[in-house]
Amino acid sequence: MLYREAGQFRTSYEADQQIFPIRQDRIAFALLMAVAVVGVPLFASDYWLTAILIPFLVFALASLGLNILTGYAGQLSLGTAAFMAVGAFAAYNFQLRVPGIPILVSFLLGGASAALVGVAFGLPSLRIKGFYLAVATLAAQFFVPWLLVKVGWFSNYSASGVITAQKIEILGFVFDSPVRRYLLVLAIVALLALAAKNLVRSRIGRAWMAVRDMDVAAEVIGIRIMRTKLIAFAVSSFYCGVAGALYAFAYLGSVEPDAFNLDLSFRILFMVIIGGVGSILGSFLGAAFITLLPILLEVLLHGGAGLLGLNLSPGTPSMMQLVVFGGLIIFFLIVEPHGLARLWQIAKEKLRLWPFPY
Amino acid sequence: MSEPASHEHNPGRRIGGTLLSVDNISLAFGGVKALTDISFDVREHEIRAIIGPNGAGKSSMLNCINGVYTPQQGRIRFDGQEFQRMDPHKAASMGIARTFQNIALFKGMSVLDNIMTGRMLKMRTNLFLQALYVGPNRREELEHRRHVEHIIDFLQIESVRKTPVGRLPYGVQKRVELGRALAAEPRLLLLDEPMAGMNIEEKQDMCRFVLDVNDEFGTTIVLIEHDMGVVMDISDRVVVLDYGKKIGDGTPGEVRANKAVIDAYLGVAH
Ligand SMILES: Nc1ncnc2c1ncn2[C@@H]1O[C@H](COP(=O)(O)OP(=O)(O)OP(=O)(O)O)[C@@H](O)[C@H]1O
Ligand SMILES: [Mg+2]
Repeated sequence: MLYREAGQFRTSYEADQQIFPIRQDRIAFALLMAVAVVGVPLFASDYWLTAILIPFLVFALASLGLNILTGYAGQLSLGTAAFMAVGAFAAYNFQLRVPGIPILVSFLLGGASAALVGVAFGLPSLRIKGFYLAVATLAAQFFVPWLLVKVGWFSNYSASGVITAQKIEILGFVFDSPVRRYLLVLAIVALLALAAKNLVRSRIGRAWMAVRDMDVAAEVIGIRIMRTKLIAFAVSSFYCGVAGALYAFAYLGSVEPDAFNLDLSFRILFMVIIGGVGSILGSFLGAAFITLLPILLEVLLHGGAGLLGLNLSPGTPSMMQLVVFGGLIIFFLIVEPHGLARLWQIAKEKLRLWPFPY
Repeated sequence: MSEPASHEHNPGRRIGGTLLSVDNISLAFGGVKALTDISFDVREHEIRAIIGPNGAGKSSMLNCINGVYTPQQGRIRFDGQEFQRMDPHKAASMGIARTFQNIALFKGMSVLDNIMTGRMLKMRTNLFLQALYVGPNRREELEHRRHVEHIIDFLQIESVRKTPVGRLPYGVQKRVELGRALAAEPRLLLLDEPMAGMNIEEKQDMCRFVLDVNDEFGTTIVLIEHDMGVVMDISDRVVVLDYGKKIGDGTPGEVRANKAVIDAYLGVAH
C-alpha cells in the first residue's frame, strides 16, 4: 500500500539519474544499511558473523566482479576463483615483503594484481566468444592454483602452499573480533558495490552492454571493442581479487591454493545466474541465496527427518544441496534468465500498481 | 510540422561541395562480386538515395563507406581525406553515423541508454571519475542526457524512454536506431532501409524525421530505400545499383527516365 510514487515527480534529469529515484526505495535502503551497520553488530552471534555474513559479503563481491564481466560485458568466465586466488596470494605477499605497507593498500594491490592476470587471460576474448571463451578462462582456473602450489615463493615456502593471513590492522586499530572484521568487510563491499553501480550507469557501463548486445553496432558508434572487453576483464578481476584477499584475510584466516578451485568458480557463477545476470542487486541476492540455502536445507531436512522419524545418512544434506542447486539453475536459465533481481523488480511493479491491475 | 512534401524547392537549403566520394570501389566475397568498380559522390547537405533490386550491393556499399567491410579495390574520400580502407572507429570519429537494415539496437538496454551510447565519442571522463560519479562525470552525464532528451522529444518517443528496446514494436525500434545515430551529431548519416516493413503512417513519420534532420541540422544523408515513391519525394540525387554495378546516377527525374534502370526494375518484377 505504501509503495507508491504518486506525487513524486522528478523535475530534473539530475533527480531522475539517482540510484534510487523512488523515495520508498531510498528509505528501504537506508533502513537496510542501518540494520547492517548497527543491528547486526548488536545482535548477531559470532557464528552468524563468521560462518554466514562475512562469507556472504565476500561472495557478493566476487559475484559482483563476475557479473561485471559476464552480465554487463557478456564475456563468460569460469576463472573467477583463480582471480580470487591471485588477489589473496598477492595481498599476502605484499604484507609479507613490503615493510609497513598498510593492509588496505595490500588489498588494493591484490585487486590490481588480479586485474593484470585477468587482462592476460582475457586476451583470447578478442578472438573467441561464448563457450570457447569459457573454456579459455578454464585455463586460468587450472593454471593459477597449480602455479601457486608449484612455486613455493608465493606461499613463503609453506607446506602445500598454505598461507596464513597476517592480522588486519588499520592505523593501530586491530580487527581481531568477528564483529570488527564484519564491519570492515561490509565497508569495503559497500564502497565497491557503489563504485560498480556508478560504472555501469556511466559511459563504460554502456560500452560494456553495447558490446554484449550487438558488437557490430557498437563498433560503428566508435566503441573500441578490444579495449572495452579488456577493461571489463580488468575491473571484474579487480573485484574478484579484492574478494579473494578478504576471503583469506577476513573469512578463513589461512587458505591453500586448492581452495580456489573450479567448484568455487561455479558456485559464484551460480550466484550470478540465480541472483540476476546484469544486475548489481542480483549479485547480492544470489550470494545471499546460495550462502543461506545449505543452512535452510539442513534445517528443513533435519526437521522433516525428525518428524518422520527417519535416520538420515550423513551424505544426504550435501546431496540434497546439489539437487536443489541443479534444479534452480535450470529453472532460472530457462524461465527467468534475469534471476531473483528480475523477480524482485516484477514484484515491485505489481506492488506499485496494486490494488489496481492497470 | 508540415507535410513531408518534396523539399527540392526548399530555398533555405544550400547544397555544398563534395563531402564524400567513393572511387572505383570493388568488393568480392569469395567468388561473389558484391560491388564492381563503383564511383559516385555525395555533396554536403544533400539527400542521396541508393536504390536497386535485392542483392544489388546497396548495403555492402554502406558497409564500405564506414569501414565495416574493406573493399579489395578503390578509395574513399571523406571531408578532404583519402582512405584506402576506412575503419569503423575512424569513420565514427570523423562524423559518420548509420542505421542498419536489420535493426541493430542494444536489446537489453533502455531507449535512453541506447541513445546515450550514441554519444560515446563525445564523452571524456576517465574510468576513475566514472566509478565515483562525481564532479566532471556527473556533469557530463547530465549534459549529454539533456541532449539525448532533445532527440527523444524530436522523435516523439518520450513515453518509452526507460523501456528496454527489445520490448518495443518494430517501427519504434527503427526510430530509436535513428535516434542513436543522431546522438553522435553526425555530418554524414547512412540509413539502410529506414522505412522497410513500416505502414503508411510510420513511413510518413520517418520521412518527416529524415527531412527535418537534413533541414534543421544540415546533415548529409545517404539513404537506401525500396519504396520508389519515397525516394522520388525526398532525395536530391539517386544512385542505382544492379548486380553490384552502377547503372544509373542522377536526379530522381533523370533516373526514372533511364532505360537501364527501367529494365533492371522490370526484370525483378516490382
Ligand atoms: N558478409 C557477406 N558475406 C558474403 N556475402 C555477402 C556478405 N554481405 C553481402 N554479401 C553478398 O553480396 C551481395 C550484395 O549484398 P547486399 O546485402 O549488399 O545487397 P543489398 O543491395 O543490400 O540487398 P537487399 O536489398 O536485399 O538488402 C549479395 O549477393 C550478398 O549475398
Ligand atoms: Mg541491404
